[in-house]
Amino acid sequence: MISFLTFLVIVLGLITFGRIIRIFELSSELRGSDVNAVTTSDNKTHSLILLILGSAFIFMVFYMSYAMNDKMLPAAASEHGVAIDTLFRFNWAILGVAFFITHGLLVFFAAKYYFKKEHKPVFFVHSTKLELIWTFIPAVVLSTIIVYGISKWNQIVAPVQDDVMVIELYAKQFDWTARYAGDDNQLGKASFRAIDGSNPLGIDFTDPQSLDDILVRNEFHLPVGKEVIFKFHSRDVIHSAYMPHFRAQMNCVPGMTTSFHFKPIKTTEEMRVETANDKFDYILLCNKICGASHFNMQMNIIVEDETSFRQWLGSQKTIAEDRKAAAAPVEVKTDSLAAPADSAKVHAVTADASKH
Amino acid sequence: MSHDTHAPHDHSHDHGHHHEESFIEKYVFSQDHKMISKQFLITAIIMGTVAMFMSTFFRLQLGWPGQSFPILETFLGRWAPGGVMTPDMYLALVTIHGTILVFFVLTGGLSGTFSNLLIPFQIGARDMASGFLNMLSYWFFFVSSVVMIASLFVTGGPASAGWTVYPPLSALPQAMPGSGMGMTLWLVSMSLFIVSALLGGLNYIVTVVNLRTKGMAMTRLPLTIWAFLVTAILGVLSFPVLFAAALLLIFDRSFGTSFYLSDINIGGMALEHTGGSPILFQHLFWFLGHPEVYIILLPALGINSEIIATNSRKPIFGYKAMIGSILAIAFLSFIVWGHHMYITGMNPFLGSVFVFTTILVAIPSAVKVFNYLATLWKGNIVFTPAMLFAIGMVSTFITGGLTGIILADAALDINLHDTYFVVAHFHIVMGASAIFGMFAGVYHWFPRMYGKMLNKNLGYVHFWLTITSMYGVFFPMHFLGLAGIPRRYYENTNFPLFDQFTDINQMISMFAFLGAIAQFFFFFNFFYSIFRGTKAPQNPWGSTTLEWTAPMKHMHGNWPGKIPEVHRWPYDYNKPGKAGDFTPQTEPMAPGEEESH
Repeated sequence: MISFLTFLVIVLGLITFGRIIRIFELSSELRGSDVNAVTTSDNKTHSLILLILGSAFIFMVFYMSYAMNDKMLPAAASEHGVAIDTLFRFNWAILGVAFFITHGLLVFFAAKYYFKKEHKPVFFVHSTKLELIWTFIPAVVLSTIIVYGISKWNQIVAPVQDDVMVIELYAKQFDWTARYAGDDNQLGKASFRAIDGSNPLGIDFTDPQSLDDILVRNEFHLPVGKEVIFKFHSRDVIHSAYMPHFRAQMNCVPGMTTSFHFKPIKTTEEMRVETANDKFDYILLCNKICGASHFNMQMNIIVEDETSFRQWLGSQKTIAEDRKAAAAPVEVKTDSLAAPADSAKVHAVTADASKH
Repeated sequence: MSHDTHAPHDHSHDHGHHHEESFIEKYVFSQDHKMISKQFLITAIIMGTVAMFMSTFFRLQLGWPGQSFPILETFLGRWAPGGVMTPDMYLALVTIHGTILVFFVLTGGLSGTFSNLLIPFQIGARDMASGFLNMLSYWFFFVSSVVMIASLFVTGGPASAGWTVYPPLSALPQAMPGSGMGMTLWLVSMSLFIVSALLGGLNYIVTVVNLRTKGMAMTRLPLTIWAFLVTAILGVLSFPVLFAAALLLIFDRSFGTSFYLSDINIGGMALEHTGGSPILFQHLFWFLGHPEVYIILLPALGINSEIIATNSRKPIFGYKAMIGSILAIAFLSFIVWGHHMYITGMNPFLGSVFVFTTILVAIPSAVKVFNYLATLWKGNIVFTPAMLFAIGMVSTFITGGLTGIILADAALDINLHDTYFVVAHFHIVMGASAIFGMFAGVYHWFPRMYGKMLNKNLGYVHFWLTITSMYGVFFPMHFLGLAGIPRRYYENTNFPLFDQFTDINQMISMFAFLGAIAQFFFFFNFFYSIFRGTKAPQNPWGSTTLEWTAPMKHMHGNWPGKIPEVHRWPYDYNKPGKAGDFTPQTEPMAPGEEESH
């Protein structure tokens, strides 16, 4: 009933609206003027509105850039991030000038040159000189932006030395696992076919390089001032590992290994002081649409000094330790996982377990 | 170039009565470009309305996450139990919102409406080169729209992997419910859409190249036609690539091939796909996807050039530079697709190449902007609603274009990729600009389409509310992006970092609702004026172009008797030594008069 009444009200409203417009149109027809022809007063009114709203918009753009400053990400917490921030400010300033000039002229011209009967517009068809000027100036400015941007990009993606600490970030719907490469700084082999309930990354336990690897979830730690290279994997769909405070992001693509490296320069503690927020934590979040829980796929990151980091890493179990501790239960588990055809291929698990 | 010999329609205008068309011939399976143009426009308006409502639904969720809105349950049913939409529904809504606006409104709707209406009218042709292909183009578009809408009602819901439908997410029904039947229908719909775009595009190209009237040299074409021509060429060259991408995705989904899939373990199962690459899809998709941006934008820019010149009562400044920049943008649009993929793990060297080519696009774009400004300078600006939308479009083109330079910079894209900064950027530069161009076109050529005037005052209200709410929605999003908020998040409540933006998200939602309400002024005006609008005079805006020389009452073949000849370029407004403030293209050169450009 209520929806019928709502419907009725809407229909009646529309009819009334139509009638009112009709009345206006008829009455102006009676006066012998065309109701929809643009009049001098229309031109004045709208050039004035344009001047007011246009100026307000230009003001708002600059005011917001200033007022929102303290809500933005804090200054970059990685070495290359600082360079990115500088590059951003450089571009933002240039674009601010370009915005101001073009919008200023747009609003000014539109407001000033509204239709006046006595005014004869200039017949100005083209001017090679002017056109060259506004081709060349943008070209020069943009070349600067290009050269500066590409040089930073090349620095950021330049290859790293071999001894940089390797961490794998492994994505699946809808969580992350970090795998530290351990003492040998080599990640053990893994295969999507070896994945099962007790081996969510499909790690090949027969590979000796696997044994010192360390898996952590929910939170991972990084040493401050040390370059880290991340290797990204996904086992189902594309995810994107986004660490906004470090200005770091890379897609995790099934079937591929991608990588990104950076050097954290501020510990979590330092950042808590800097942001005056004792609950501050660095985060890793997923930034490529990956399914229903895409919006809640995260991990905390703790940056600390080298000693604390070593201590933390030492307190985590390596895969070898983990498997030793859980040897018996693991075997029970694998048995009970009486398996679809594919996991028959997971002989690695049982073979390795039998060694112990 | 005369085509008095253009036989098929010639019988109609010599003796005024030709055979009466049945209702079906006239309104349904019409081969007349004017009717097809209206069909495209009205279909696009309906599709656009659907997409607009979707955006208000997900803005409810984004502004007030988790809060119950009974209206959502009314519309979304089991997808919004208790009035709170599910995450799956949220993703479905953003996906279909994007798909509809990018393809159905701003590609099919924009080109379909204005290329169809204006190409024959402005070049002086009796109709499109092939009326039959033109009709097919519309009906493929129609069926594809129906399939897309139908996909909203299947079990599992419509496609939900984002409008870019990246596999494996879109390829595996195990990954999300929308990747089942909904995704199949999405692919079917898009394949039909591509057929429509290709039929239309080929027709536009052939018509512009072959059917120009006597005297209509390429250098006398209105900039609208240049834009439509180049757009059609872009579409014909790039849509087949999307077609290939879609076809391979269909194979992967239904026939077990591995073009895009490799090493996947999902739902406790290792899949047998090996050797494919999800990145291949992205290359194919964006090889269309980036030209697509200009397929959307160029017609709007063309429409703008025409409207700004007409309503400034001045020639467009730098006609040849305008053509040059359209061509330059079109060329560059084919070699910039990789800027969507900086962080996919693609070779960093490729990244720098794409930085270079992408930022180059800003040069011809800047030329266009400065030329618009120079056109306004010392003009005699008539603020019709169309002119206001055109000026609004210059503004959005600048604002969105500038942030594009930031995103083109690979180093900066690392931190901004897939955040709200991107959402802000492309909604302003592509969404708003093209929609504004489309509105400008509708206000300007409505008299030409329906022989009636749109109500001026409703148009003014529509414009001011629309531009205010548009910037109110999208400008603050830049800052959400700079604060690291990712796009396509169902809610931002899981991160303490984002809590400070609750108010801003609510404000954005309020502006979005205002924007939606504003469109009702347009819808009302549009449908009211078709039936009850005041009668349009022959040339309501004082334009020089040919479409205003044809009788306002539509007739088959456009002009009774001979097609007018063209003697000058289309921008002789207030030419010194000429009477009146415009000189139509049909007016012969006076002795000793020189061409203006």
